[in-house]
Amino acid sequence: MQPDWPAEIHRQLIAAGVTLVGYVPDAGHKRLIELCQEDQRMRAVSLTSEEEGIGLVAGAWLGGQKSVLLMQSSGVGNLVNVLGMIKVCRFPLVMIVTMRGEQGEFNPWQVPMGENTARVLETMSVAVRQAGDAQTVAAHVHTAVGLAYETQGAQAVLIAQRVIGIKSFQEQRNQ
Amino acid sequence: MSLQRRSVVKELLRDRGDLLVVAGLGSTAWDITDAGDADLSFPMWGAMGQAAMIGLGLALAQPKRRVVVITGDGEMLMGIGALATIGVQQTPNLTIVVIDNERYGETGMQRTHTAYGVDLAAVALGCRFRHAITATKDVGPVRELLYRTPGPNFATVKVGDEKLPLVLPPKDGVLLKARFRRALLGESADVLPEER
Repeated sequence: MQPDWPAEIHRQLIAAGVTLVGYVPDAGHKRLIELCQEDQRMRAVSLTSEEEGIGLVAGAWLGGQKSVLLMQSSGVGNLVNVLGMIKVCRFPLVMIVTMRGEQGEFNPWQVPMGENTARVLETMSVAVRQAGDAQTVAAHVHTAVGLAYETQGAQAVLIAQRVIGIKSFQEQRNQ
Repeated sequence: MSLQRRSVVKELLRDRGDLLVVAGLGSTAWDITDAGDADLSFPMWGAMGQAAMIGLGLALAQPKRRVVVITGDGEMLMGIGALATIGVQQTPNLTIVVIDNERYGETGMQRTHTAYGVDLAAVALGCRFRHAITATKDVGPVRELLYRTPGPNFATVKVGDEKLPLVLPPKDGVLLKARFRRALLGESADVLPEER
């Protein structure tokens, strides 16, 4: 049976003291976004673009608050330049990214960014953890949050498209 | 006679008390430094478009402190979506001040969108800021927004397009971050909350 990985991520975030969640919606993150929105211990902040999340995270840490960002792989392309600030200031950063452009993709326009998400992040000095199956997602998030805040570093967890399992527009809309 | 940016920023930050200050890259970072570099100032050297969002993150993390973002018109335009995001969050302790010379001052004084009539205060009002004003002569009302009025607040201050000497803040990002956190959170800022 597939583990309830969104609930496991949510538990990891609470246990780590994360109280601020910035997100740009993705179908793959639907349940985790809802869990964060419903939890009184957290503030979920809807962003117009993923790039805004980098400013949000930096400001929150200046104020002493831990945060994470939720986005899909295409959104990684929207924040490349501002990752420079994360690097030069050594701001802790945790990005949880649901992948597109992989096994089961139905939209060719999602493929170019999906194929290069890990490379783009690594080029900008963000450590990448690939969660290829539902069983490993929570462990990767645990490691990423721990390392980001213990070592003042940038971490991304990429959740493979086969974990999310959406294969058509209709399925995405019916979710 | 148009307002002069350095005297505007100096007046806004006079007797700043425990105000937390973020400045966008370029001229506004030099302006706040000219007014007096301080540990509770975070002048940016890059990440264009993100000044307002840093202010939002800070305002959410420190709801009992007042936060001001002082940035330029070009920087605000690049991150204009942040106004909508702040409008949704309704942070009462956050004020955004745009020092608007209608120019990209660091790159050859090219005109920005505001030079053609784009009205940033109107955008902020449309984004559900509680107060949004444009000041052309008197910065008293802007000080009022910054220090007293529940927000989120927004002010555009129209200034002349003079080219001024550089007054540079520290440029080491780790230093800027660490000094800010220590001044705000105390020495314990250097360790994680669970390790304190």
